[in-house]
Amino acid sequence: MAQARASKTNTPAGPSGDFPPFSQKHLLSIADLKQHEIIDLLDRAEAMVPVSRQERKSHPTLTGKTQINLFFEPSTRTQGSFEIAGKRLGALVMNMSVKSSSVSKGETLIDTAATLNAMRPDVIVVRHSAAGAVELLSQKVGCAVINAGDGAHEHPTQALLDALTIRRHKGRISGLTVAICGDIANSRVVRSNLLLLGALNVRTRVIAPRNLLPAGIEHLATEVFTDMRRGLEGVDVVMMLRLQHERANGRMIPSVREYYRFYGLDTEKLSHAKPDAIVMHPGPMNRGVEIDPAIADGVQSVINEQVEMGVAVRMAVLDALLPARNEE
Amino acid sequence: MTRPLLIENARIVDPASHTDAKGAVLVENGVIAHIAIGGPIGVPDDAVVINAKGLILAPGLIDMRVFTGEPGKEYRETLQSAGDAAAAGGVTSFVMMPDTAPVVDDGALVDFLIRRAKATSKVNVLPAGAITKGLAGQEMTEFGLLQEAGAVCLTDGRHSIQSTALLRTVMSYAANYGMTVVHHVSDTSLTGDGVMNEGLFATILGLKGIPREAETIPLARDLQLAALTGTRYHAAQISCAASIELMAAAKKRNPHVTAGVSINNLALNENDIGRYRTFFKLSTPLRSEDDRQAVIEGLRNGTIDTIHSDHDPQDTEVKRQPFAEASDGAIGLETLLAAALRLVHSGDVDLMTVLRAMTSRPADILGLASGRIAIGAPADLILFDLDYPWQVSEREIRSRSRNTSFEGARLAGKVMRTIVAGQTVHTHAED
Repeated sequence: MAQARASKTNTPAGPSGDFPPFSQKHLLSIADLKQHEIIDLLDRAEAMVPVSRQERKSHPTLTGKTQINLFFEPSTRTQGSFEIAGKRLGALVMNMSVKSSSVSKGETLIDTAATLNAMRPDVIVVRHSAAGAVELLSQKVGCAVINAGDGAHEHPTQALLDALTIRRHKGRISGLTVAICGDIANSRVVRSNLLLLGALNVRTRVIAPRNLLPAGIEHLATEVFTDMRRGLEGVDVVMMLRLQHERANGRMIPSVREYYRFYGLDTEKLSHAKPDAIVMHPGPMNRGVEIDPAIADGVQSVINEQVEMGVAVRMAVLDALLPARNEE
Repeated sequence: MTRPLLIENARIVDPASHTDAKGAVLVENGVIAHIAIGGPIGVPDDAVVINAKGLILAPGLIDMRVFTGEPGKEYRETLQSAGDAAAAGGVTSFVMMPDTAPVVDDGALVDFLIRRAKATSKVNVLPAGAITKGLAGQEMTEFGLLQEAGAVCLTDGRHSIQSTALLRTVMSYAANYGMTVVHHVSDTSLTGDGVMNEGLFATILGLKGIPREAETIPLARDLQLAALTGTRYHAAQISCAASIELMAAAKKRNPHVTAGVSINNLALNENDIGRYRTFFKLSTPLRSEDDRQAVIEGLRNGTIDTIHSDHDPQDTEVKRQPFAEASDGAIGLETLLAAALRLVHSGDVDLMTVLRAMTSRPADILGLASGRIAIGAPADLILFDLDYPWQVSEREIRSRSRNTSFEGARLAGKVMRTIVAGQTVHTHAED
């Protein structure tokens, strides 16, 4: 089994030209990627990190390319991250925010796809509230499509940036134990992460109250826990998830207070993980709901680095999918 | 007067009389006049003779669950286009669900539909009357007047009555008229915003699941109410193993309860959804393969009484959407028989049992004279080739909508001739 390459010992020299052509047309789901493709994307992202850290944050391999960010639900972080990524690579980036579902305006997603396709973009980055919507759209356009989150299905670039962050901190990914905690049932981040970490031979745990665990999750994660302390025992990585406020107040859980008491990450619960465990969160955080502010800002937190790696990963994905170098 | 019709050299398969033998049938004045098994048959000089060598002669199919677009959404389906599709599929009578605009909750509309169907449809259209006004699940309709106008049963179609008290009243009152209450069992508070079977596959797709208990809990309630009220009760379409167990137990105590299954739940499972294929988004949802096998066993052992198409025409606008936002439903009139014959060809269920579920059992439940090859019965008949191979092609679909779950499917078994009241309404044209 191939090992994930450790960035500290095998950092690619630069973003230009060291990578073979990427075989996928779109990035819709981690499930579509083979292990070597995941590692390839992580290596490409690693090579992009210095670009964002240098004074002149530009690596214009996508000059002349058009990127449309089509967001059917608001997402400041992901949309901004994709926008910066595209611009740093020299692409013309256009943001389209569709406040409500296009269907409510009498226009189907297919119509929207056809309209956008006529504008001849090179890549469309899509966020949609419905699982599978991005895939549906990808079937109707001629350009590359990147899934920036579709319902409770997947968020592949989030999983990639999480993996990159882990690899940079731990020097490896394979063989680690990662606990994902919180609203497992409604999280797209979970699905992408379980698929990606599973492909890289990571031991995965999910921890949540039983009613936030979806059916069959035991087939996707290595272990399932409903007790936070037991679930965090000896883990290398603690990945917290955002609790949607509408699920509190008696709907799915009795109260935020009770949730924090049993499932919020505080110092005591974190002490069950390995001493050098890192703490992650896809953001935006509910401080005092799923995570103690002191931990969010503490020495084990890599949350801000996740944001930075998000830009690198998105640059890597755009660069891999847009055939700047591998045009036939 | 039309000329007598003789169908000879056929393999006659009639579940009502448990006949499976070579023979001939003579049709006069729209009814079956004579049946000859093996021996000779008296043939009037002017009879039209059909040599049915190699074909099966069976009663025309009775489909207990068909949605139409007319009235209100004729662009999806009219009574005429549904009739054309039915005739091509060997369905000589279908029960039309009341989920139209306006809702069929009034005797006058039933009367209109019957006359409209006679004028435009090739097959018998049997309107069902709504149980509640506007299908809102609040107030009962006029069961007696609906029956007088010609409604063959009572149902709220794809809607499920949530109030136990109302359902008790409905069943008690329907018993006055001997009308069968056909109920789609679904606890909407459990269904929630679920869009497919609850389980690992839904979790992988990130789609909200519908637990089996959304079906079994109201089914258990309904079966108790049916026993309490003594009404004739038909669970419209059940889909999972636990429902089969409930039905089997209830049938031991109460002969007036029956159950139907959609051909979709017999022929397909949740994995057919694949990567969000909305033609497989159905209500009741496709269940697991274990459930499908349990339903097949239920059909084999008599727990399941009827198979229907659940024909539900939906246009492109509402189907070509993200899975969770797409409408439920698939068409099925033209593929009902051939899809059901898959069970015969696979050896899971014998031909007699499969045909019974689409002929004599629905006729019994609805109190129809058709659905059998008997002297004096309406000459609603089909001739089909049990092994004829064909592939479902969107181009050849007669329905106005194209949302078939069997697009591209290779099927064996084709209706060669459909006869309604002694008149040929469809013949299969060889390519």
